[in-house]
Amino acid sequence: MAYRSMVAETVRFHGHNGEEGEAYYARPADPGRYAGVVLIHHMPGWDEWTMEATRKLAHHGFATIAPHLFFREGPGSPDDLAAKARAKGGVPDDQVMGDVAGAMAFLRARPEASGKVAVMGFCSGGRHAYLAACRLAGVDALVDCWGGRVVVDDPKDLTPARPVAPIDLTEGIKCPVLGLFGNDDQNPSPDHVNRTEATLKRLGKSYEFHRYDGAGHAFFAAYRPNYRVEQAVDGWNKVLAFLAKHLGAPQPAPKR
Amino acid sequence: MCSYIVGKARLVGSAKGEGGWRRIDTAHVYYDHPFHAPLEHALGIDFIGERDGAQERIAVELSAESARELVRTILAALEMGEAEHGAHGGPH
Repeated sequence: MAYRSMVAETVRFHGHNGEEGEAYYARPADPGRYAGVVLIHHMPGWDEWTMEATRKLAHHGFATIAPHLFFREGPGSPDDLAAKARAKGGVPDDQVMGDVAGAMAFLRARPEASGKVAVMGFCSGGRHAYLAACRLAGVDALVDCWGGRVVVDDPKDLTPARPVAPIDLTEGIKCPVLGLFGNDDQNPSPDHVNRTEATLKRLGKSYEFHRYDGAGHAFFAAYRPNYRVEQAVDGWNKVLAFLAKHLGAPQPAPKR
Repeated sequence: MCSYIVGKARLVGSAKGEGGWRRIDTAHVYYDHPFHAPLEHALGIDFIGERDGAQERIAVELSAESARELVRTILAALEMGEAEHGAHGGPH
């Protein structure tokens, strides 16, 4: 079912250390109970594509919030704020976890909330989503879209901002996992994807991984040469089916 | 854009952006997923003035090959120019 009428707006939320920042929130306009998704943006920032993906999930009945992870960098265009964050070595994992926890609390406090919440992310956001499922309580489903650096081979890649490889925290995952990956991607490489899957399997986690031939990194991005229409359409269908299965179907209020 | 690897060059000079000319003292250089260039990876350079608060950057995103071409052209221009004018970067 499609929810063509929706409310999409910029909202305030309380993130790490209670700091207040911006987020984009989209939900079906019809009264009802809707499961929530925290959508974690990629390293290029809180950009137009992030808003489009947020609305797409709302169109399919998920109340979705995309917190602006770089709001502390001040006002400015998403790419300029991303550049500032990058120049500082990226946002610290602890701060992102605080922001994701705040976004989850925002969703659960909404009158339309069903109470179920997934975390989903792309690129660096996929890694953040994986980490959130490992570290945060109350995550009901995880969608990792080509999150790089879940596996860390070189200890030099562990920094004060990112001190632990997410794969080493996999035991903490208590929800079903969906992973989408392109076989031509180098970050995460097919070897890293295989090792992540092996870890999930060894620890008895519930997961489904889908690997796409002919696709590299960020193959959902319709505005970039990485876009692969066939793989992207299939991938989105898998995301929506997974969320509906594990969060429950939307429950719009009966029409009077 | 997952690598977080940023090289930093100290500069002396100026750059012109939307607000006109400004002093720059730093370049952040990285090779990663671009924001705008229709490429999977690009060489990005952000020219900023850290001493002046680095409020705005002047940014470019270049393909790897064109970035190398730019490097070669810069070095050739310096070589020719310094042969002609002498190796002085200071004011005339």
